[in-house]
Amino acid sequence: MPKVQAVRPVNPPAVSARVLWTAAAVVVGLLLLAYLVAFDQGAVSRSGMYLHELMHDGRHLLGVPCH
Amino acid sequence: MSLTAQRTTPTYGAILLRGLLAGLIAGLLAGGFAFAFGERNVDAAIAIEEAAAHADGATAGDDHHGEDALVSREGQKGGLILATALYGVAMGGLLATAYALLRRRLRTSDARASLGLAGAALLGLVLVPFVKYPPNPPAVGDPATINQRTISYVSIVVIGLVAVWAAVVAARSLNADAQEWLRATAAVGAFLLVVTVGYVLLPSIDEVPDTFPPSLLWDFRISSLGTQVTLWTGLGLAFTGLLSRLTARSAAARGKTESVPV
Repeated sequence: MPKVQAVRPVNPPAVSARVLWTAAAVVVGLLLLAYLVAFDQGAVSRSGMYLHELMHDGRHLLGVPCH
Repeated sequence: MSLTAQRTTPTYGAILLRGLLAGLIAGLLAGGFAFAFGERNVDAAIAIEEAAAHADGATAGDDHHGEDALVSREGQKGGLILATALYGVAMGGLLATAYALLRRRLRTSDARASLGLAGAALLGLVLVPFVKYPPNPPAVGDPATINQRTISYVSIVVIGLVAVWAAVVAARSLNADAQEWLRATAAVGAFLLVVTVGYVLLPSIDEVPDTFPPSLLWDFRISSLGTQVTLWTGLGLAFTGLLSRLTARSAAARGKTESVPV
């Protein structure tokens, strides 16, 4: 006796390749933003220590090693 | 009839936008918390740092907080809100991306999936690192070891996330008919195993000077933890709220345009 196949709705593919590449680019961008807040000392931002000093208190209170 | 059978799937862009917005909200909330409860500890620690610098007879003040500093103390207090807001936006976008990519693998409701991811991030990104490398106020920490401490900190963050992931894998590796408590035990066991290995392998760092007031150190660390907990709690709730409005709206739109019985 043939097994009764439950009719399941065909789901669209979880994530298309395009979404995956977009997501990868977004993740890189956001990690860079987090890096600027948490670790940068002018090497990436080219602002010297200005951004580093400006966000000094935030870094301490977010729990990132500072100095 | 069964509208639930066909998921209404919002686009990645729509999810990401809500994550970024939720991150901004959560970052401002965390900034408000840090401003209200953390700044006085930072101020007190800086006063100690400067007193020590003057007593040493070293260069008056230091490069961070002296009168001729690059950014004034007032500027740094404003910068605090900027820092938490930007950090919140970054974390919100990362949470939204994780949600968009993992949603179908998390076999639960939309709200529990997003809240669960935020909770997992709080555990892996904040609580696991907090125990190994608790945050330090100004005047604590040797500037010469900053690179080593930064590498160790990033390592423990990665280990925290791996530990959460290992917990999920362990819980799912059991048979489908395994009891719930057994799954929970496997999850906790895998989590603790990864965290313990990380704690043992990474170097211990204790650079608190003997003269630093212990109660101030405690207050600072609690206010720092509170800042991160505010950020992730606010982010999880705001993201889930914005997301549920989005799905409700697209479900309504779908109901209007499509009359195809599912």
